[in-house]
Amino acid sequence: MAKPIDQKQNFLKGLIKENPVFVMLLGMCPTLGVTSSAFNGLGMGVATLFVLLMSNIVVSLIKSQIPNKVRIPAFIVIIASFVTVVEMVLEAYIPFLYEQLGIFIPLIVVNCLILGRAEAFASKNDLASSVVDAVGMGLGFVIALTVLGATREILGNGSLFEFRFVSEEANTLILFILPPGAFIALAYLAILFNRLTQKVA
Amino acid sequence: MKKKESTLFNMVVVLLIITLVAGFSLGYVNDLTLEPKARARLARVEKALGAVLPQFNNKPVVEVIRLKQKELRDSTSIYPAYMDSTFVGAAVTGYSEKGYSGIVRLMVGFSPDGHIRDIVVLEQKETPGLGTKMKGEKFLRQFRDKNPETFDLKVKKDGGDVDALAGATISTRAFSEAAQQAFDSFLTNKNSITNSKR
Repeated sequence: MAKPIDQKQNFLKGLIKENPVFVMLLGMCPTLGVTSSAFNGLGMGVATLFVLLMSNIVVSLIKSQIPNKVRIPAFIVIIASFVTVVEMVLEAYIPFLYEQLGIFIPLIVVNCLILGRAEAFASKNDLASSVVDAVGMGLGFVIALTVLGATREILGNGSLFEFRFVSEEANTLILFILPPGAFIALAYLAILFNRLTQKVA
Repeated sequence: MKKKESTLFNMVVVLLIITLVAGFSLGYVNDLTLEPKARARLARVEKALGAVLPQFNNKPVVEVIRLKQKELRDSTSIYPAYMDSTFVGAAVTGYSEKGYSGIVRLMVGFSPDGHIRDIVVLEQKETPGLGTKMKGEKFLRQFRDKNPETFDLKVKKDGGDVDALAGATISTRAFSEAAQQAFDSFLTNKNSITNSKR
């Protein structure tokens, strides 16, 4: 690229202007699937952030060595390797989270956010920019998933991070814990998010 | 640096190198995590045992009896507990495939006369907020100190004694079936564990 990238802008775009969940609507499968509680959302977000960061670093480092025609399979192998590492480490050291996230950990491989950043950003930019991009995008994803998980947990279960503020017998809006609630909550949060950021921008 | 040409040779070599590096590093990480993974699994079983059994001073994890179940894919494990060579109870795993979304696995602790001491849910994929309440104290309370000989492990709707979870009758049925299966295994193997000379 001819002119140097403004790193602050590069970082902030992942959080706000190009927020992967609320603006670009990328990676919907884990977003809708695991966010039944704030903790699950946070765990999934951090796992994705790690994979995104590592894949961006590696792709950015070896980008000149990858022939153009086989770049997608090369990226996928790199991403899948890091996902498998995450899976093994979670199973060994945080078995609780491993059980909760279940099938969604291997599915990080096909999260289009990660391949998207590898293809659209890391394969065209230098290492430093790619790291900043991954951290920005990843944090945007973490925050979005945690907020979505927190919203659904508060409405559907009357608790936040497992801390209950209603009794176990109380009637909560169970709908929000169920899959349809994920769509409803995501839609309203996206509206809210875009409203707020429009005013800023 | 200039981008590599997409010639057949380049493509084959690059993909080969990438897959080789990926394969070897995964093998390495797998080796590293093999032991902690086994330890984590064992810790889970031990924690469940501690919750459902009375005080014991043998090693149920070592003395476990595994039974092949005919029609199920899973095997049943019986963990006998002894205190100074006296049989004080056993923890038995139960399993049902009839959950709302898959398997329900339980560990049921029995006292020597067959009363349920406590139940721990080992594995379930039920609906969050509905079926997952089977892990809750409010639901589990009804099983404590009940003997399945007299306490019919069936949902009230099906003529049994189990209070179903609100909105999760299917999950409750699977839970009851798993508990019943654990009790059956306990009964058929009771003699061999109580009489085993130590």
